[in-house]
Amino acid sequence: MGWFSRKNKPVKADNSPVDINKEVWRKCDNCGEIIWLKTLIETEYVCGKCGYHFRLTFSEKIRFILDEDSFRELFATVGTEDPLDFKDSLPYKKRIAKAESQNNQRSAFICGEGRIDGKDVAIGFLNFEFMGGSLGSAEGEKIARLIEHAIENRRPVIIVSSSGGARMQESIFSLMQMAKTSAALALLDREGLPYISILLDPTTGGVTASFAMLGDINIAEPNALICFAGPRVIQQTIKQELPEGFQKSEFLLEHGMIDMIVKRKDFKSTLSKLLEYLNGN
Amino acid sequence: MAFNELPFEKPINELKKMINEMRSAADAELPSGKAKIARLEKKLSALIESTYKNLSAWDIVMISRHPQRPYAMDYINNIGDNFIELHGDRGFKDDTALIGGLLEVGGIKLMVIGQEKGRGTDEKIYRNFGMAHPEGYRKALRLMKMAEKFKLPVLCLIDTSGAYPGLGAEERGQAEAIARNLREMSVLRTPSVSIVIGEGGSGGALGIGVTDRILMLQYSTYSVISPEGCASILFRDASKAETSAKSLKLTSSDLIHFGIIDRIIEEPIGGAHNNPHEIFASVKSALIEELGALMKLPPNILTKKRFNKFRKMGVYNE
Ligand SMILES: [Zn+2]
Repeated sequence: MGWFSRKNKPVKADNSPVDINKEVWRKCDNCGEIIWLKTLIETEYVCGKCGYHFRLTFSEKIRFILDEDSFRELFATVGTEDPLDFKDSLPYKKRIAKAESQNNQRSAFICGEGRIDGKDVAIGFLNFEFMGGSLGSAEGEKIARLIEHAIENRRPVIIVSSSGGARMQESIFSLMQMAKTSAALALLDREGLPYISILLDPTTGGVTASFAMLGDINIAEPNALICFAGPRVIQQTIKQELPEGFQKSEFLLEHGMIDMIVKRKDFKSTLSKLLEYLNGN
Repeated sequence: MAFNELPFEKPINELKKMINEMRSAADAELPSGKAKIARLEKKLSALIESTYKNLSAWDIVMISRHPQRPYAMDYINNIGDNFIELHGDRGFKDDTALIGGLLEVGGIKLMVIGQEKGRGTDEKIYRNFGMAHPEGYRKALRLMKMAEKFKLPVLCLIDTSGAYPGLGAEERGQAEAIARNLREMSVLRTPSVSIVIGEGGSGGALGIGVTDRILMLQYSTYSVISPEGCASILFRDASKAETSAKSLKLTSSDLIHFGIIDRIIEEPIGGAHNNPHEIFASVKSALIEELGALMKLPPNILTKKRFNKFRKMGVYNE
């Protein structure tokens, strides 16, 4: 028996996609061009003037990947703590409070159940807007729970990453989330359940060096920065100019690190076809 | 002497020098001379004790990176016998920053893997300062899988400022190599022990650190980023490394308090470099004890316990 069933009963959406009629225009972060949202959706959130790829908001990601109104959030109550009482230019507690109120979330990872062309999936998103989508204890815990939920319910796992890497303010606890999430994926692997990793701009550091690179299938969006060490760090080390396109999706494809580059508008249809294959005969 | 001297070692070394000078002085054998020397020796041991009781996090960072500190190869040569080094990842090349091979420790045959920083300019360059490329992590995994096949326990000696950040490392998938190790080590069906002997630098350290037992030498460190990196990124001020070291809570006493590590191996007074043979003996007996306990457990219990160990790590609310 396959790992997914095709139930048609609708799942209640806790985070319904944004109403596009409410928001009519967006400004390009790169060139400042004002673009109608309708146009932006048609161009897959790529600026027509300068080619800049807008970072997708949570609801936009959902819209590109899941069936309408199919997302049901899980483990939303898991929240961020400050185990080291960490303080840099701002106390970590203040940073958390700010990120929580700006994003209306308790961590940088939102996850739950959803459907892709009717196929049930366990899916999670790292939100770059919440402290750079960095991996802390709350995020690691939710990722592990999502994977365990997938094992219990025989679901494929999809994780959509965009992250600056490990959460420095949680030091060793953050580092160990790399081990925790990767260990959870080892269990998923043993269960014969698929894991598809989608890497958006940017995916770096400890996130790339753990669950984001471990997909049975790794998919990147065009022109995303995907790396272990960031370009600035490498430039400091080697003290020379970096080659054109270094650490971009196309570079990773060429070097064998990802299976494919998929345009945003094709996310859903690609995932749907892949899931059919990975369900076996 | 002063070449490898840490700032807080200076008064200690000055006093040591003074005592040595007095020993070769004309009155050294006279009662008055002997009494003077004895007085200074007492003063010296009190000074060492007070200095090492009040080390800051930054002092410990300095000790963990001390150029005279024993490195992985020193442990291999001094805690075991019949080392046979095994080379290469079978894909690209042999990474000389990460060594591995077969070793016998107190009668236990095992697979040892260690990050080696190298001593002296030429060897440091040869060892790439202990910063491994992806082929290093892939060699490590190859050897761990071999250990699993032949029912040998695995010992990982962690001592790196981090995985190498360079062009080739990125091209060949540094991130993928580390990630795969994390996943595969978590389900390895043989006992494993890691010992942080110096610097536990981020993902580069963890890449050989997903083990049944995690031990740290007293003056070693383990954290998500170096104090310097943290200073420049979070504090936006490179001079804040000392403050960062404190904030990152990276010492062995912090990490045992958090329940992240299982055991601290105490160092000789003045740190491992002041009495290498004492630390070799301590590491050897701790290792034999840990492996002895782990080797009694069947593989499925081992992997289950290992999973639960890492599964529990993290602090969150709900
Ligand atoms: Zn633009």
